[in-house]
Parts: sequence; structure tokens; C-alpha cells
Amino acid sequence: MVSAVTDAHGHGKDRGQDHGHDHHGPAKGWRRWLYATNHKDIGTMYLVFSGLMFFIGGTMALVIRSELFTPGLQFVAPNVFNQMTTMHALIMVFGAVMPAFVGLANWMIPMMIGAPDMALPRMNNWSFWILPAAFSILMSTLFMPGGAPAGGWTMYPPLVLQTGDAFPFLIFSVHLMGLSSIMGAINVIVTIINMRTPEMSLLKMPMFVWTWLITAYLLIAVMPVLAGAVTMLLTDQFFGTSFFLAAGGGDPVMFQHIFWFFGHPEVYIMILPAFGVVSEIIPTFARKPLFGHDSMVYAASSIAFLSFIVWAHHMFTVGMPLTGQLFFMFATMLIAVPTGVKVFNWTATMWKGAMTFETPMLFSLAFLFLFTIGGFSGLMLAVVSSDIQYHDSYFVVAHFHYVLVPGSIFGIMAAVYYWLPKWTGHMYNEKLGQVHFWLSTIFVNVTFFPMHFLGLAGMPRRIPDYSTQFTDFNSIASIGAIGFGISQLLFVYIVVQCVRKRGSRASDTVWENPKGLEWTVPSPAPYHTFTQPPHVGAGAAFS
Amino acid sequence: MPGANSLALRLLAMALGMFGFGFLVLPPLYSVFCEITGLGGKTNQTAAVVAEAPDQGRSVKLEFVTAVNAYAPWEFHAGSDGMEITPGALYDTTFVAKNLANRSKIAQAVPSVAPQQAAKYFKKLECFCFTTQEFAAGEVKQMPVRFIVDSDLPAHIDTITLSYTFFDTERVSDASADLSHETAHERHSIH
Repeated sequence: MVSAVTDAHGHGKDRGQDHGHDHHGPAKGWRRWLYATNHKDIGTMYLVFSGLMFFIGGTMALVIRSELFTPGLQFVAPNVFNQMTTMHALIMVFGAVMPAFVGLANWMIPMMIGAPDMALPRMNNWSFWILPAAFSILMSTLFMPGGAPAGGWTMYPPLVLQTGDAFPFLIFSVHLMGLSSIMGAINVIVTIINMRTPEMSLLKMPMFVWTWLITAYLLIAVMPVLAGAVTMLLTDQFFGTSFFLAAGGGDPVMFQHIFWFFGHPEVYIMILPAFGVVSEIIPTFARKPLFGHDSMVYAASSIAFLSFIVWAHHMFTVGMPLTGQLFFMFATMLIAVPTGVKVFNWTATMWKGAMTFETPMLFSLAFLFLFTIGGFSGLMLAVVSSDIQYHDSYFVVAHFHYVLVPGSIFGIMAAVYYWLPKWTGHMYNEKLGQVHFWLSTIFVNVTFFPMHFLGLAGMPRRIPDYSTQFTDFNSIASIGAIGFGISQLLFVYIVVQCVRKRGSRASDTVWENPKGLEWTVPSPAPYHTFTQPPHVGAGAAFS
Repeated sequence: MPGANSLALRLLAMALGMFGFGFLVLPPLYSVFCEITGLGGKTNQTAAVVAEAPDQGRSVKLEFVTAVNAYAPWEFHAGSDGMEITPGALYDTTFVAKNLANRSKIAQAVPSVAPQQAAKYFKKLECFCFTTQEFAAGEVKQMPVRFIVDSDLPAHIDTITLSYTFFDTERVSDASADLSHETAHERHSIH
């Protein structure tokens, strides 16, 4: 460890000249970004893009919550409301959460494994720059005759085939998002497998790298299946096939099977990197090594495997034989075992630790607690007999928002607070960070907890108007949503201030004795790091 | 350990393979799976042998449901509200459809049986759903179904629902253009 520190400090600045390259600084102006091949630049672009999408998708969520503040139709027509639910989901899933994790992977994976850059930097450039194109196409549909897709993000036929002019644009943008994700995933795997510093064996890799490796394999396995499913929709609509059209011998239910064969691994694609993030943060602020590093790896791998055999729990109500329902119910419940291993390992990491509660730790603790609530409501939904009652109700909305907002998004925010000083060389404003944390945590619960009650009381999801007995909880949820949305402006302010170097200077280690190679390089991390493979030091640091 | 490029190519091949799996393998696999298990209420069972001893003393209620897919300009209903049948015996019934469009149309009826466990015991010897049905403008057709319910039908099943949905074989987008508006309120006639 010590040798790595001196290595990076002593020669980091002039290593570029050692190799006789004199163009190693970033290019000037727009070329730096459009032609970017540096993993840090591309990571930054991913994160900024994801933030932008987070606010666009969030604005759509606020349209939804404003409409639902009181019963009756206030602000938008039902068709616009449906467009908002559909686009909110597509933008948040493919535009905000996934690119944010790819951005973190770009920034951190090379620095955590001692690699100079990602393995395939030009493909890296492509996989980012496809995204703005994909989302421009998707969002342009808002201005088309017939409006944006309104049949739900799951794109079930035959409803989705009634989308107007937007339909082919929807399909094409999903294709592009898939391409981007697959290229990103290939890059992550090749980087991790081929570019680790020689002393780092697979089981010595930090957890964030491990969870991303597993996520990348999931992406390669399922994003093409989604591409296949939407291609079938396209050919059904325009080329006379009948994959999902009953008249021609097809079956619309088959789409649901194929979609959720993609869709369930997809939910782990969105949570596994967050597992990795909190597995980095909790040991730092508990000042103890991660409890059960290897069991965490096996648990994440088990979750990834199980995610392929549980898809039909999304569609218990299509009518399926009892044996099928039982299989998918028990397989789903089985996922609680490796997930429980992780939750208990995080808890055990904190046991008797010398804990402090800086913002990244607060977000990680909220993640641990609130994600587990989402996990428990997931177990309730796994029970076939009760799922028939909960299906397509607000209970489902409450469940997946609990795992996605205080789950994935809190994981992303924790990661940003944790590594931002390393990226910028300056501390963020800790006091404001904590204010942001408490506002977010309170409002996220005010928003989504009442939705459990709404769902259990029978309020269906995806409706712009509702029966009057649901008014109170809907109003509370809407107030929470507006509060949560405004709180995120504070997040932007904190990040921008930190990027503008308004905070105190960050030391190279930033936190008190954190483990990992990323803390052995200077703060801010130089444009090029680890052009020579570093020494890992004592293996104990990572296990 | 493979080199970076060969690993990248292998991963790319994996992605292409998964696309092929989703696009080319899953749909036929799904059909075969449904046919073997009788899932999805698929009832394309045709009986080869009809010489079965009717299970006298057992009576099963058969109900009919008819529906017309959106944009398909037909009036479609069952000839009777339902019937009492004995497993193992041969029956005939009739469905009636009228083409409401002012030009000839080709329809395809898609059958489904509920509960699903009954699907594989419900065997049709003759059905208007076996082929497409051509209708002249305004034509009314009586369409026969000849079927037998296998006497192995599980004892707990006392009611079977046979449903047909009528589809226009032309594309939805074409059909919506010439859909005569008088059919709008009669798209779903359920008996």
C-alpha cells in the first residue's frame, strides 16, 4: 500500500513526459468531450447526462403527482398522463439510473483495479454518445401527432401497437439504449478481466468492481433479449408477422414472458452496482473491513443467477398452472436468502465499528434500511395468492419505488458524495450534504410509504383519476414528491459548488484511512492515473 | 487469459447469441411448450378417434363467449347461450357472424378454453377457426363447430367456457381506416 502511495505521488505528475507524449492533457473546448476517450471524461459525461435525465424524468413524475393531488382531472388529459407515466419510467430506468452506474464504473473501475483507462476507449466514446441520440429520439415523440408512447414502459402488445407515429421511434430508441448498454458492459468486462494490476486476483477486487462485473454479464445476457422483443413488436406492426397477434397464431402473453425475461435481471442491473457502492462506503465509515467479502461475491452471483428464473412473478395474473405459480413463487423467495446475506454482512461490518456519519454513510444507512423495506414488500408480492390482489395496484408502485429511489438512487448519491472529493480535489459542503440527506430521506418516505396503503386499499396504478376515498394518501404522496423534487436542486447546488472548488481542499485519502487503490492517487485524480500498474499492498486491505 | 480484443469479440458474440435466442428461439419454443402443456388455453386439439363411451351420468356445463377484436367490423355471437354436455359424446353447435363492412372481408377466429386444465380435453373435429373465413359485404354466415370433450376430463371441472375472438386478418392500421362507425357500439357482443 505504502509503495503504491509514493509511486502515484512521486511520479504521477510527470509520468506523461516519461513516455515522450506531450498531448496527455485534455484537449481544449468541445473536442475534449465529443472525441473523449479518457475514462474520467466519459464518466463525467455519463454522470452529467444521468443528472439531466433525472430532472426530466422527475419533472414528469411531478406532473403525475400534481394530477393525482386531488381526485378528478386537473392539469392534464388522461392520454397525456399515460404518456407521462410511460416516459417517466423509460427515462428514469434507461436514462438516469443505468447511465449513472455506467458513469461511476467509468470513473472508478480503472482507478480501483489500477488500470490506466478502460480497455476499449473508442467504444466507450460510442457507448456514451449514442445515449443523447437515443433520448433525443425518445423525447421528440412528445411533440408528435398522437403524442409519446402511452402504453406503459413495459410496452405490452396489443396496446403498444396502438401508439401513433411515436411507435417506431420508441422501438429505435430502445434499440439504441440497448446498444449503448451492451457496449458499456463489454468494456467493463474486458477492463476488469484484462487490465487489473497483476497483484490483484479476482477475489481481491473491491466489491464495487465485483458487482459491476456481474452486472455487465447480466446486461450482455438480457439487453439483446429486449432488443429481440421490441424487434418483434416492430415486425408485427410493419412487416406482417404475428409474433404477438392472436389473429395470426401469435400470443400477446408471449411478449410478457420475453419482456420479463429481460425485465427481472434488469432490476438487478439497477441494484447490484448500488450494493457495490455501499459495500465500499460502510467499511470506510465503520472503520472496519467489509464483513464476509467472499460471501458477498457469492451472494451477488447467486442473485444474478436466480434473477433469470423468476420472471413470471411479474405476471401471475395471466393465468398459469399451479406448478408454474409455485415454482416462480419459491424461486422469487429464494432471492431473499443471498440478499439477506448481504444485508447481514453490512450490518455485521458496522458491528462495534468506530462509526461516523458523514453524508455518504448516511445515504448508505438509509439505503440499507429503506431498500430492505422494498425487499420485504417484494416478498409480499411474491406470494401468489396475495399477488393476485396486489397486482397492478399502488402497492406495486410503492414496492419498486422503494427499491429504486432509496435503493438505486440513494446508492448513486452516496457514491457521488463519497468520491466527489477525489474527482474534484475539494470537499463538498458537509452541512448542506446532511441537509440534503435528511430532506431526501424524509420526503422519499412521505412520497412512497402512503402508496402501500393506497395499493392495499385497492387503488390501481396508471390512472389519472381515482375514487375519493384515496384522496388523503394521494395528497400526502404528492406533497412528498414535490418536496423530494425540490430537495434535489440542493444536490445540484452542492455538487456544482464542489466542482467549482468552493470547498476546502481534499486530502489524497479524503476520508480516514479508506481502503482501495483510488485513494492512493492525488486529489483531484490526475487526468491519467496508473500508467504503471500499482502494488496492491497487503491483501487484507481488500478482503 | 484471452487478449482484450478476443474477449471483446466473444462478449459481442454472446450478445448476438442472446438476440438470436430472444428473436428466433423463444417464440417457437413458447408455442411448442404451450402445445405440449395446453397452457394459454390453446385448444388446437383435433380428435382422431371418436369412438368413446360417453360418460353417462356426468353433466358438464359449456358456456360460450364471443368477442370481436377492436377494429374488426363483425357482429359475432353464439347460436345458443350454452349447453349441457356429457364427456365422451359428440356435439354440434353453431356460431353466427355478420360482416358489417361494405366490402368483402376475411376473418380469423381464435379459440380459447377456460379453465386451462380443460383445454387439452376439449377436442374439435370441425371448427370455423381451423381456416380463415371469407365474408362478402354484409354476408351472414352460420359456422359449425363439432367437438367432443374427452371423458378423462378431471372430475372437479363442472363448467367449461369456450371463447372465440374474431380478428380481421388485415392489419389493424388498414382496418381502422374503413371501419364503419355503426359497428363501434357493437364490437363486443358477449353471450
